[in-house]
Amino acid sequence: MSVLTESAPTAAAPTVVPPERRPRHWGRFVLPTYSWLVIAYLVFPIAVMFVYSFNRSVGGVPQVSFSWNGFTTLWYREWNSAPGLSASFWLSIRLAVIATIVSAILGTLLAIALVRYRPKQFHGKGVIEQILFINIAAPEIVMGASLLGLFVTFNIGRGFLTLVLAHVMFCIAYVTVTVRARLAGFDRSLEEASYDLGAGPLTTFRRITLPMIMPGVLAGALMAFALSIDDFITSNFVSGTSTPFPVLIYASTRVGIPPQVFVFGTVIFSVGILLALSSLVIGRKGT
Amino acid sequence: MDQLVHADHPGGVERTHHRRGSWGKRLAPYLLSLPAVVWLLLLFLVPLAIMLSLSLKTCNPASGTCYMTWSWGELPHQVNLYRTQFITSLEYAAAATIVDLVVSFPIAYWIAFHGGRKKNFFLMMLLVPFFVSFVIRTLVWEFILSNNGFFMTFLRHAHLISANFHVLGTGYAVIAGLSYNYLPFTALPLYVALERIDRRVLEAAYDLYASRREAFQRVIVPLAIPGIFAAFLLTFIPAFGDYVNQQILGGTSSTMIGTVIQNTFLVTGDYAAGSSLSVVLLVISLLGIWLYARVLGSRSIEEYL
Repeated sequence: MSVLTESAPTAAAPTVVPPERRPRHWGRFVLPTYSWLVIAYLVFPIAVMFVYSFNRSVGGVPQVSFSWNGFTTLWYREWNSAPGLSASFWLSIRLAVIATIVSAILGTLLAIALVRYRPKQFHGKGVIEQILFINIAAPEIVMGASLLGLFVTFNIGRGFLTLVLAHVMFCIAYVTVTVRARLAGFDRSLEEASYDLGAGPLTTFRRITLPMIMPGVLAGALMAFALSIDDFITSNFVSGTSTPFPVLIYASTRVGIPPQVFVFGTVIFSVGILLALSSLVIGRKGT
Repeated sequence: MDQLVHADHPGGVERTHHRRGSWGKRLAPYLLSLPAVVWLLLLFLVPLAIMLSLSLKTCNPASGTCYMTWSWGELPHQVNLYRTQFITSLEYAAAATIVDLVVSFPIAYWIAFHGGRKKNFFLMMLLVPFFVSFVIRTLVWEFILSNNGFFMTFLRHAHLISANFHVLGTGYAVIAGLSYNYLPFTALPLYVALERIDRRVLEAAYDLYASRREAFQRVIVPLAIPGIFAAFLLTFIPAFGDYVNQQILGGTSSTMIGTVIQNTFLVTGDYAAGSSLSVVLLVISLLGIWLYARVLGSRSIEEYL
């Protein structure tokens, strides 16, 4: 309830009491109840996934079925026996790590250039900003389809390499935009001080600039990782011989989904939530 | 831009790192941006140009050969051929966007104005779906909406739905999936916009004897409009080109244009037709993107990501 007193708009100014007191219960009962319902709606499918990961299969075929056939922990014990599932999962991890590192470096350098230099010093700055915006806003299917056109036109075999090329491409803009937002309040005087004390540009970058922009770079990298590991639409066009996790699952919807898919989903979800919660707790202790 | 100039000379102190040499200094922005710009040029802009040129070609899907015909005829031809699917996509994306705006506005409002110390927790709850892969999320909705799934069976036994009610394979299922998958993309920009509203403006409204309702209608909603635009951009455009929800949750009557594009590229291999459809899809999306940039400026996107 301290929530209400804290953010009540009239708390700071002891002037006029809002003439209409009645709708106060909106903030206290209706909105919280509604918000929890929305959260329940967001969580519900995850609970369903969790429940179905314990569903028995019928007739000895290792496929998930819509109907409930009884409880089993078999799929957790045999998590590794679905053909190709683990391999494609590790491929997705490798792909996301590479795409994250490359796009974090390229995106950060571009962000520094965009923040540091005015259009007069940096011709084409405006054009680059427009390209970044369109890259973020354009429908993914168009990017995927056009990349397929590129690889087919130049006879580039589709596989892990094309996946990396594509993933870095759609991550760069997100990293740049995230890092640039964090760089906006950057204090240049520390760099000036470093130069005054005789440090060269490289030392200054390594010892002053990089540590200061690191939180922004990490935020951008996290975004790139999340985008890459979950990407389906672009990957489906350019994957060819190597299948990332989402592409494999989508393909399996045609032939029968191995129950381990929900096991993987549940485990990935749990690990992700634990990481996020711990960072939230650590962040709170820090302040 | 003025702020940047001043930031370069804090307190009027001249810059001291002239020793880097004027060439290096002048080239610095270009060298810093070169790798990223080359990457985007070769893998974003060149492919788009190739797609445009492919749409002017005619392909023989059987042999996989294409030859240039320089005819724009393919574009209107394809639009005519798949007019229904374009309209369906627009309808579903619009329905999902409206549902998301209506559903997420109250919760975004509540978190922004009454979230208090729990703000971060609630924001994380909004992001919870993203901890499950997009394809798996959609797949789970197939299980929820399936007639044989335990959810629909439960509803049937509770007599909340009639025995022959079914939703999987219809447009409603596609809209449900789209709304669920893109809800965070609507809720977060709305939250950002509402959070940024200066509380003093609201106090001023109350000081001027505005009722809570009037303050909401005439202060909060107008100031949330940038967030609504951002939500539109981040929800409507991806939903418009989406085909995963349609493929998993929809039936043949609800085919969206994304499905058609995916099939012409990956199943029939008619790159000319697929490219023409993609060009049309891109042009329609660019209208929305252009509108957003006109109203809010393209740089504002960084605030909502």
